[in-house]
Amino acid sequence: MKRLKKVAKPIEHIGDVVLSTLKEMGKMTKFLYLFFYWVTKPPYRTALFFEQLYFIGNKSLFIIILSGLFTGMVMAYQTYFGFKMISVDSLVGPVVALTMAKELAPVLSGLIVSGRAGAAMAAQIGTMKVTEQVDALEVMGIDSFQYLAVPRIIAGTISLPMLSIIFQLVGNTGSWFVGTKALMIDDAMYYSKLSDFMFIEDLYQGIIKSFFFGFLISLLGTYFGFSVTKGAEGVGKGTNLAVVWGMITILISDYFLTSILIRIL
Amino acid sequence: MDTMSENVISLRNVTKIFSDFPVLHELTFDIKRGSITTLLGFSGAGKSTLLKHILGLLKPTSGDVIVLGQNVVALEGTALKEFRQNFGMLFQYAALFDSLTTFENVAFPIREFTDFTEEQVEQKVSELLTSVNLSDKTYYKLPSELSGGMRKRVGLARALALQPAIMLYDEPTTGLDPITTKMVNELIVQTAKNNRARKMTSVIISHDIKATLQISDYIAFLHRGRVVEYLPSAEFKKSSNPLVREFVDL
Ligand SMILES: Nc1ncnc2c1ncn2[C@@H]1O[C@H](COP(=O)(O)OP(=O)(O)O)[C@@H](O)[C@H]1O
Ligand SMILES: [Mg+2]
Repeated sequence: MKRLKKVAKPIEHIGDVVLSTLKEMGKMTKFLYLFFYWVTKPPYRTALFFEQLYFIGNKSLFIIILSGLFTGMVMAYQTYFGFKMISVDSLVGPVVALTMAKELAPVLSGLIVSGRAGAAMAAQIGTMKVTEQVDALEVMGIDSFQYLAVPRIIAGTISLPMLSIIFQLVGNTGSWFVGTKALMIDDAMYYSKLSDFMFIEDLYQGIIKSFFFGFLISLLGTYFGFSVTKGAEGVGKGTNLAVVWGMITILISDYFLTSILIRIL
Repeated sequence: MDTMSENVISLRNVTKIFSDFPVLHELTFDIKRGSITTLLGFSGAGKSTLLKHILGLLKPTSGDVIVLGQNVVALEGTALKEFRQNFGMLFQYAALFDSLTTFENVAFPIREFTDFTEEQVEQKVSELLTSVNLSDKTYYKLPSELSGGMRKRVGLARALALQPAIMLYDEPTTGLDPITTKMVNELIVQTAKNNRARKMTSVIISHDIKATLQISDYIAFLHRGRVVEYLPSAEFKKSSNPLVREFVDL
């Protein structure tokens, strides 16, 4: 009997984890449904939407520019020395640009925005919950989900593609700078290879991805904000969960999105 | 007191079960229009739960909640949201929107639910803030820059913005220093007086027995999900119910 208990304990634990994960996913699905329900209902809070758009941009723009620049520069170096071995160093431009457009810009800006804006969303809403500001809205007859979550989710979904494009522009500038000034690739050659191998269609995959990541980040940020129940500790926990899950789901969904988009685009 | 003969809130056999445990148990009780009625009870007695039923934030497992002639249990969606505009609520820590100034907090419900011009909003807000004894020096301060007592006053002004039929106070003085407690209690009485002509009802949740006896018209004692005593303030003091005695003699 004692031995049986010893065996049963870990199994019980696994069962608990599975059940609570399923429960959480059920709640998230309901949250997702609420978004699609409320997004169509008036009043449309455009002022709050623009406020959030500004907030997300303001929070993330500087880091996006900085990260984009240095990512582009280091990419130029890394590809250059590899490519030089087989004498295709003039292809640095398009390779950096394509990697940026399809993967690095959407994923890295997604990770950054998750850490900045996703975290902030969870912290703001969580604080409003524990200080009864959410209750105050409800008592006034204002739906707190519609008021707090909907503008944030729409703003997050729209702002990530914009930030991701900025990331790319800055990144390619960095790559061009290192490529032509430090590694002495011919300027005209850099441009001509870029226009030979990079087409406008190559941007689509990254843009679709960043819309999706933006939606995911803000959905998780607001979800974990609303799931805060008690105290400052709860707010910290919610913020942490928003960031961790934001980052994990970006990386996992990136794989699946890539495998789908590569077929249909 | 003829003005208080009408019931504004009626609870009928209200039971609320939270995970197998009845927090409210076959609770039946009425609150009179225009009165100041206090719900007393130990922590965890179900006072806040009762308040949430009156607001329709929670639905009873069984029983009826009738407020202002409407059955709250049957209200859904937009009707429920409109119904809530009959209430003003002062929260324990005021629950001011922390990204908005004093002025914007009080203006919030007015901008949200009326089509006042900006000039009318300004006038109404300064009227409300004056009525809770706040000067225009505080108008453009954020909640974080205000003292606890000031925040309470802003919260009260915001709650009164749409002239609610019922004002709810959830533990308005818990956690406050004695001077601020006195100020808040006086404010509750003053507010009730200011709104007597339109028969506003005040419902207070409290465990401050001394203040409750001073300011309430009626007192209900909640214990284990039931109202075990409900009397006019003067008679409540003399109640022979042992639980009430324990509380009163504290
Ligand atoms: N949403 C809820 N889910 C489960 N239990 C709850 C919930 N709200 C309150 N309770 C429980 O109901 C009881 C009464 O709570 P409450 O009404 O807040 O008491 P009071 O305000 O009188 O201190 C407590 O035991 C509390 O834990
Ligand atoms: Mg309570």
